[in-house]
Amino acid sequence: MVDTAFILNDSLLEKRQRAIDRGRRADARFMRTTQAMAIVVLAIFIGIIWTLLVGAWPALSIYGFSFLWTEAWNPVTESFGALAPIYGTLVTSAIAIVIAVPIGIGIAIFLTELCPRSLRRPVGIAVELLAGIPSIIYGIWGLFVLAPFLQQYVQPAVIDAFDGIPILSTLFAGPPFGIGIFTAGLILAIMILPFISSITRDVFEAVPPVLKEATYGLGATVWEVVWYVVLPYARSGVVGGVMLALGRALGETMAITFVIGNAHRVSASLFAPGTSISAAIANEFTEAVGDLYYSSLIALGLILFLVTFIVLAAAQYMLMRIERRAGGGTK
Amino acid sequence: MNLGLYARRRMRNGIFLGLSMLATAFGLGWLALILGSLFYEGFSRFDLSLFTQMTPPPGEDGGLLNPIFGSLIMTSLAVAVGTPIGILAGTYLAEHGRYTRLAFVVRFVNDILLSAPSIVIGLFIYVTIVLTMGHFSAFAGSAALAVIVIPVVLRTTENMLLLVPNTLREAAAALGASRAHIIARITWRAARAGIVTGMLLAVARISGETAPLLFTALNNQFWSTDLNAPMASLPIVIFQFAMSPYADWQALAWAGALLITLTVLALSIIARALISQPERR
Repeated sequence: MVDTAFILNDSLLEKRQRAIDRGRRADARFMRTTQAMAIVVLAIFIGIIWTLLVGAWPALSIYGFSFLWTEAWNPVTESFGALAPIYGTLVTSAIAIVIAVPIGIGIAIFLTELCPRSLRRPVGIAVELLAGIPSIIYGIWGLFVLAPFLQQYVQPAVIDAFDGIPILSTLFAGPPFGIGIFTAGLILAIMILPFISSITRDVFEAVPPVLKEATYGLGATVWEVVWYVVLPYARSGVVGGVMLALGRALGETMAITFVIGNAHRVSASLFAPGTSISAAIANEFTEAVGDLYYSSLIALGLILFLVTFIVLAAAQYMLMRIERRAGGGTK
Repeated sequence: MNLGLYARRRMRNGIFLGLSMLATAFGLGWLALILGSLFYEGFSRFDLSLFTQMTPPPGEDGGLLNPIFGSLIMTSLAVAVGTPIGILAGTYLAEHGRYTRLAFVVRFVNDILLSAPSIVIGLFIYVTIVLTMGHFSAFAGSAALAVIVIPVVLRTTENMLLLVPNTLREAAAALGASRAHIIARITWRAARAGIVTGMLLAVARISGETAPLLFTALNNQFWSTDLNAPMASLPIVIFQFAMSPYADWQALAWAGALLITLTVLALSIIARALISQPERR
């Protein structure tokens, strides 16, 4: 009897209803707040594209698409073209990828297949620490340590060795400056190495052990297991990791600004100084006088953003594919 | 048994294993080289005066007090603004809108922002804030850094919330807790270590960022606490001093570089220790 009286008590029922309503309202408010913050992220992204488009418009409307393949960059006569920076960005990134991909994959193989269990974590962490070092550190190190070393020991030897061989002698023509396109590419390679190796390691670890064990059971060597089983299985993940690293390399600024030499020209030699999109913006933006100069630099930024956007989107697509195959779920 | 084939396979295997070990040694070698030269070059100027004196004109003694202060201020401001946005947005992706179209788009865009060139973020803030206000300022610098903080925090928050077992949420819901209550009292708490890790990683990321500060906060040779005026920061001062022809400025740049690297490495090691779990599998 006491129980029924308790339940039927109107004021209690009302109180409970009010509590429930309060909870509902708080829920809705909370959910709307979080949703608004998610939209803020979207707004930042759209804002970036929008401001770059608006800022770049004066230059683009004057030069049109020929902006992309004009080499001239002359603030005095106000004629601007993006060819040299685009060339520098693409070539340094290409050098970085060529050097870092085999080494990064090698590290991943070492970590997943060869390394004693007790060493696995420390070595993995050490390689990842490379990724944490800020790019300005790579820049100052490249300028004061790597560039003089290359200038003194490596570049003269390479220039001599390739002298007289048709293509190589133009590619590695002197004089040895130390700084230049090649040095920038090498620094980039060191910087993206940890990205490649840690993503590759993760996708290698996602290969079902049964597949590897079955292959070992047939008498395969480690090399054969990696080459015929692990790599084909993990292919799209590895490609995704490489694209992600490429995206980083394309947009990297400070490390390159220190060592690329800042010369607005396209040279056949990799040892010659050049410039990249990011280095050109970093060096010249605060000094840009005149609307057209300023707008041309923003147009460079727009090009850079679009290119990295495409590369990163492709990387995500590749990584999503391997994630779905591994059974979904983000890590 | 074909012994020749066997020997060839063994040899190929040996070469390949040797190469992958060489690759690892190569990777670790760079780390050792960079840290080594940082200590070698930076340690001579790494003393108390670094933290107590202002940036000097060339040829005089000095320290890095004003850029250290500027970096601290701008980093704290950026984290204070960026972290709540990142955590709340990450909560939306993991809790409320896990499968909605908005969440899908935001997730995609966030991953792009995570790797977007930081110099472009500098351009964005220049056009939106510096041009509007009419001058460079520490505010603009912090805003640029905040744009970098948000995706890092969002990503780790979402991942860490997804790791919280659903049974916890269900148990709380069965006790009559509201959704907001569950998130604030149960899932955030369960994922706390991970979310703090995200913040630390974000701090590590922005404490060395140079490009977005170049034309937002600019630089300042003098002591300034005015957030509405240009402010010095460690990375910019390192950039300026390293590119200068003066030996004592270059030495200061090395000392600053050592300071930043030690900070970043300490932060990422602490972050790692926070989420360290027994080895997978």
